[in-house]
Amino acid sequence: MKVTRDVVEKIAELAQLQIPDGELESMTEKMSRVLDLVEEMQSADTTGIEPMANPLDATQLLRPDVITEENQRDLYQEIAPETKDGLYLVPKVID
Amino acid sequence: MPHERSITELRAGLENGEFSAVELTRHYLSRLEGSSQDLNAFITVTGDLALEQAKKSDIDRSKGQAGPLSGIPIAHKDIFCTRGIRTSAGSLILDKFIAPYNSTVVEKLEQAGAVMLGKTNLDEFAMGSSNENSHYGHVLNPWDKTRVPGGSSGGSAAAVAAGLCAASTGTDTGGSIRQPSSFCGVTGIKPTYGRISRWGIIAYASSLDQAGPITQTAEDAALMLEVMAGHDAKDSTSIATGVPHYTDSLSDSIKGLRIGLCQEYFDEGLDATTEKLIMEAVAVLESQGAVISEISLPTTRYAIPAYYVIAPAECSANLSRYDGVRFGYRCENPRDLDDLYKRTRSEAFGNEVKQRILVGAFALSTGYYDAYYRKAQQVRRLIKNDFQEAFNSVDVLLSPTTPTPAFQIGEKSDDQIAMYLQDIYTISSNLAGLPAISIPAGMHGHLPTGLQLIGNYLDEARLLNVAHQYQLQSSWHKLSPPAGDAE
Repeated sequence: MKVTRDVVEKIAELAQLQIPDGELESMTEKMSRVLDLVEEMQSADTTGIEPMANPLDATQLLRPDVITEENQRDLYQEIAPETKDGLYLVPKVID
Repeated sequence: MPHERSITELRAGLENGEFSAVELTRHYLSRLEGSSQDLNAFITVTGDLALEQAKKSDIDRSKGQAGPLSGIPIAHKDIFCTRGIRTSAGSLILDKFIAPYNSTVVEKLEQAGAVMLGKTNLDEFAMGSSNENSHYGHVLNPWDKTRVPGGSSGGSAAAVAAGLCAASTGTDTGGSIRQPSSFCGVTGIKPTYGRISRWGIIAYASSLDQAGPITQTAEDAALMLEVMAGHDAKDSTSIATGVPHYTDSLSDSIKGLRIGLCQEYFDEGLDATTEKLIMEAVAVLESQGAVISEISLPTTRYAIPAYYVIAPAECSANLSRYDGVRFGYRCENPRDLDDLYKRTRSEAFGNEVKQRILVGAFALSTGYYDAYYRKAQQVRRLIKNDFQEAFNSVDVLLSPTTPTPAFQIGEKSDDQIAMYLQDIYTISSNLAGLPAISIPAGMHGHLPTGLQLIGNYLDEARLLNVAHQYQLQSSWHKLSPPAGDAE
């Protein structure tokens, strides 16, 4: 399948990525090639086949509803780019 | 020299007092500081910590409290979180990331007494088949420094092959343990999906990712796997079944073992010399009593297409956490929140990673979900069904690990599709979740060739048994590359 520059720009926006104008053409072409490779799959007859998300068809396990983790906020925030009073800082969102 | 010995042989040396864990660790560290290091196999060497752990191991041994891997110097792929030590995943975005905790695998190996020498190089976020996608530069193949070691666990495989560590951990999402093991002439096993906890392993594609050991021999792989495997409450996808003593069944006879050769894995894409070497190995197994037959896996041609939908889709979701807010790289002077997210991710992800995120986001987007993601998941079940059918008539499947031996650095970096096709024989077992092992099975000129065995669910013991029996009758796994003797 051929994707267009518009589609790549829209997807990049969804994925929070910036593709410089100079690279958009080659990225569009590369994505089209991967989607061409993937196309082969469309010829498989999958009528009535249940999609498989887990190789062992395992379901989510339940555990007793007890507290197992202690609060380690200070430890985890040591590696954050910017924090203040236990909060993560980002640029101003609302003026 | 100690670095040419297997874990089993090193254990004997430690037990009979031939050398202490500290002496053994110093030996490996001196190799890492010496010329052998120019393979670029390590991102971080943790010398001080290694000596500390070795000292502790010697004390434990003197008290009669040695663990199964006490004093054995190993390395971790730099995708396993290590407390207090950088875990980069080969990416600029995690260049300064110091994990506040150990992954379960790291913890278990430490508890077993293993000594950590450092963290090995890899393709960024384990996305690649050549180790050329690392932010820290590519790794050289110790057998031929103009060639790639394979990927994504390229640093791990190169390090074991070159005698820079006794064993290493790796991860395998589409062949990332087996393909580099094949290219570097070492043994590598990807167990059943869920056999080893993924907790603390930086995620690429969560329904495919699985950790495993890279070692010199199948016996060493059994020793490592016994320690690494097992249920973990912190990973709800880990399997609750108990872990067998893999070393106990290594010496079982393989007389009557039914081996299936997957026809589709001996196709026109396979190099003729590689095929010849694999068939020679088949003859060895046959002489040991194995019964050989041909098996068809008709859905093989859909495996790479399905993988390049499912893996990117999961990667686009997993990598959305890198936003420059809680940890990792943050761009300079963001104008607003949108700019912070976009520039952080765009500046710090490499091209292959960005492209997989885009393909994945596309496959999951409105209007394309059914045709791509849902379809790929249906195909995935067809692939699993094919294997289940095959295992009704054979015990293990056998194939080459890769279509060719190690290729030149730069040879495929401009042709992404050719790179993706590298994983044609390994990718199906990830989609099905089956265990598979690669072992050295001959020399293609001066380059190693790997043989792959695929087993049924939780049949790791049998794979290790067959691999060990083959290694009793062959010496390919004992060969050392020229670069390993650089001192």
